[in-house]
Amino acid sequence: MSFTETTAVELAAGIAAGEFSAREVTTAFLDRIAETDERLNAFLAVDTPGALAAADAIDEARARGDELGSLAGVPVAVKDVITTKGLVTTCGSRMLEGWVPPYDATVTANLRRAGAVIIGKTNMDEFAMGSSTENSAFGPTRNPWDPTRIPGGSSGGSAVAVAARQSPLSVGTDTGGSIRQPAAMTGVVGVKPTYGGVSRYGLVALASSLDQAGPFAATVADAALLHAAMAGHDAQDSTSIDAPVPPVVQAAATGDVRGMRIGVVEQLTGDGFQPEVRDHFRSSLDALADAGAEIVEVSCPHFEYALAAYYLILPSEASSNLAKFDAIRYGLRVGDDGDASVEQVMAMTREAGFGPEVKRRIMLGTYALSSGYYEAYYGQAQKVRTLIARDFAQAFSAADVLATPTAPTTAFPIGEKVDDPLSMYLQDIATIPANLAGIPGMSIPVGVDGAGLPVGLQFMAPAMADDRLYAAGAALEAAIGWEGRP
Amino acid sequence: MKFEQAVTEFDPVLGLEVHVELNTETKMFCGCPTTFGGAPNTQVCPVCLGLPGSLPVVNGKAVESAIRIGLALNCSIAARSRFARKNYFYPDMPKNYQISQYDEPIAVDGYLDVEVDGETYRIGVERAHMEEDTGKSLHMGGATGRIHGADYSLVDYNRAGIPLIEIVTKPITGTGDKAPEVARAYVTALRDILRSLGVSDVRMEQGSLRCDANVSLRPDPDAPFGTRTETKNVNSLRSVERAVRHEIERQADVLSEGGTIVQETRHWHEDTGRTTAGRTKEEAEDYRYFPEPDLSPVNASARWVEDLRATLPEPPAQRRARLQQVWGFTDLEMRDVVNAQALELIEQTIAEGATAAGAKKWWLGELARRSNDTGVALPDLAIDAAAVARIEELVGEGAINDKMARQVIDGILAGEGSADDVVESRGLALVSDDSSLQLAVDEAIAANPDVAEKVRGGKVAAVGALVGAVMKATRGQADAGRVRELLVDRLSGD
Amino acid sequence: MPAISRDEVAHLARLARLDLGEDELVHYAQQLDVILSAVTRVGEVAADDVEPMSHPIALDNVFRVDERRPSLSVDDALAGAPAVQDERFRVPRILDEE
Repeated sequence: MSFTETTAVELAAGIAAGEFSAREVTTAFLDRIAETDERLNAFLAVDTPGALAAADAIDEARARGDELGSLAGVPVAVKDVITTKGLVTTCGSRMLEGWVPPYDATVTANLRRAGAVIIGKTNMDEFAMGSSTENSAFGPTRNPWDPTRIPGGSSGGSAVAVAARQSPLSVGTDTGGSIRQPAAMTGVVGVKPTYGGVSRYGLVALASSLDQAGPFAATVADAALLHAAMAGHDAQDSTSIDAPVPPVVQAAATGDVRGMRIGVVEQLTGDGFQPEVRDHFRSSLDALADAGAEIVEVSCPHFEYALAAYYLILPSEASSNLAKFDAIRYGLRVGDDGDASVEQVMAMTREAGFGPEVKRRIMLGTYALSSGYYEAYYGQAQKVRTLIARDFAQAFSAADVLATPTAPTTAFPIGEKVDDPLSMYLQDIATIPANLAGIPGMSIPVGVDGAGLPVGLQFMAPAMADDRLYAAGAALEAAIGWEGRP
Repeated sequence: MKFEQAVTEFDPVLGLEVHVELNTETKMFCGCPTTFGGAPNTQVCPVCLGLPGSLPVVNGKAVESAIRIGLALNCSIAARSRFARKNYFYPDMPKNYQISQYDEPIAVDGYLDVEVDGETYRIGVERAHMEEDTGKSLHMGGATGRIHGADYSLVDYNRAGIPLIEIVTKPITGTGDKAPEVARAYVTALRDILRSLGVSDVRMEQGSLRCDANVSLRPDPDAPFGTRTETKNVNSLRSVERAVRHEIERQADVLSEGGTIVQETRHWHEDTGRTTAGRTKEEAEDYRYFPEPDLSPVNASARWVEDLRATLPEPPAQRRARLQQVWGFTDLEMRDVVNAQALELIEQTIAEGATAAGAKKWWLGELARRSNDTGVALPDLAIDAAAVARIEELVGEGAINDKMARQVIDGILAGEGSADDVVESRGLALVSDDSSLQLAVDEAIAANPDVAEKVRGGKVAAVGALVGAVMKATRGQADAGRVRELLVDRLSGD
Repeated sequence: MPAISRDEVAHLARLARLDLGEDELVHYAQQLDVILSAVTRVGEVAADDVEPMSHPIALDNVFRVDERRPSLSVDDALAGAPAVQDERFRVPRILDEE
């Protein structure tokens, strides 16, 4: 049996049933990483001793007859923006190179409690700013479908870890599409839960009102398993929702879309997108219709302002969130020669520790919040946000889920957009609205283009109706029957 | 320029900003303890240390305290209130932004009445809001321990995140030459209210109550406000008064010489009695306030506010006025009581059965004297309200006289037990039965024939010497009043 | 007419404590200019009577009880620090007063 070709659901079941050991499984994935990651650079840290110890502990617990968690013995890779106690967490930045957090994020703790084996930390755009993982201080991650191309971002490493079967599951974060877009680029399932559905405690903040951690997996059912284990109310996160996790596992199991109204958003049908992306979108809708869904048209007129609003709100919150990196309590310190003042050392450190995209966004955010500009920029963007949320509410009165292509293009070559920030920002055009409104979204692979590069379709659902994504996703997965491998 | 002249030539306008440290168990946004004096960096966690990934969670008790403070200051409590980030870089700021409140504070538009020299001044309260305190730095290598001249600094974040309430007055006008006293009276009254609410230790010398004084001058009350300065490091009530007074003088000097006042932050020095200018900054700070995305709004329902209003104690000024009326004290007597910190003691003593006058007599008389002599504050003397009430009762019954009562106090303070214990162990009993007294009276008359003659002759006042003789003979244990009566009887009868 | 000048970028860099070189200032000014021109279109939306949204979910009064929770050990607190002295974070000399 090839463990790396087995779903997480089957791995969990097999370990629980004693058919094979957690150690065998973990070892198989560690070997796979060792074989492939030199080339792919999906991992920033592989915790071999920690992973094996965790696996052994599951095996021992099983032997004792203890009750096992839902992910017992299943390896999970974690995006390096999420704190793991005792394991280096860099956020893809020189600023935090070598930083060892003294505490676990709640998500990390939830995974451990579920028995997951945290196998390593994955590469990402620095501080989650980017759509290609080229902004990492530690080199880009390569798309396993074509290593000369980007895997998407900012959770490129987590997406590739699953796509290349280095781990059956991985955790990413999504602020404007950073799970969904790389999922589409690498042919895997990626989900951004409802804002507040997963705790942000321990998730190094980019944009506090937009960030969410979520699952990557090869199948919808696997993603549901991870989603259910990660999510839930957390008293340490004042923005987390105090309600039960939506029934995602059950929804994935049924995968029934009969009578489900699937809304196609007029402003995001794929006009101006890569033609094959549009074609796959259309044929996917046909497949869903065949499976019993009703395709309806909805309009979200304020979506055309979503990108602009996002690129005001995100940098504003990020500029404030990143102020804590000041060479005093943790992280890089540069220029402390005994003569320089703390103000100078702070400025030199931040200059050296942050990459260009981070600096751009910090300055943009500082500008948008400054006195005299606040009303026109940040203030106005927050109003546009309200209007976008209203558009969604309107759309969801006519549809149960919405469907769009996930990204305007398939994976582009490394280096192609690095000097063109605006072009890079356009990657998120279909995914940003969901973050602005706080609603959940899923990308599911629906095929490949002429160059053999994966294409993704995005579902969106109302807040706290994440289960609808899994129902629609499972149905589409079954209908299309696509099992592409890089 | 002397103060008196300064306030004739100019009209002072004040603004007082007071920061109150709340006495909650834990910090504003995390569960670290607020206890004072811990070893450095032992009371910190990912949240108050500003570690990447940490998130704040609001301390509900702090919100309650904030609302109660607002109510006690006659403010309106906002139905909807939000936290905001105040962004600036400083080493003692773990996140390089302070979570505070900006345009939606918890309480607005209140007032506090203070009295100076018989006049009442209504001080408008602009707002009260919640925020977190910063860490503390030690500046090393320089001569003074201050920032200037230091080579490096050492930062302790134990105090980072302590809950603060900032209370800002509206511009205080119409105080004229009383400005310094009014400022002091306001801070004093505020302190008393906060103490009565039980929300803070309010110790200025420990930093749990801090005052920044804003002062400006204008040529007359109809002119627009002048440029103001903000004076920090005002660490006592006395400093408030002195700093305001000095700043008025200083600004008057500058203006009368044709200069202009620089809008700046100044530092008060209690030792020299002067303010000095802080370092002028290149640019005005732009705090780039925006609503705190990590925290929910605080929506204070009318019901919640009323529930909290019901927990408010009687305002100190109102309580004092009520007690004064009930006790029948004059304004002067009442002021003496308050100044001696005897209000609660007298109240308690009355509760134990004494009269108001009696309670006041002992606490402000004999016991105040003991307090002054020993340097022990009145409430800290080793004698309680019950004992004082008992002493008054014994005197009233005629069991002991005032002189013996003082001996009883001696005994209680020395730890000999209760009032009754001391009376018994020291054998203090007022002798008032006529048969014992008559003997002593006759002996005194016999021993002082010329005085006796004077009294017989009509100079009744001279009997005092004979009373003294009897008192001496009875070691002060005779009932002096009765002795006098017996003497007069005896001598007039002859 | 560019939306943002080199001098404005220098001001932003100072506010944000970024020690940018001259080349960088010019370069970022050009890039920020392009981006600003794009995002400025939020102003086209008529939104005078629209409430700004700072939270996607409508929560209020999220509080915690005033009870102690474990603090970090002083070693953990100081572990990541670039410079430590006497159990405190050591920082270079401070110029600005608070």
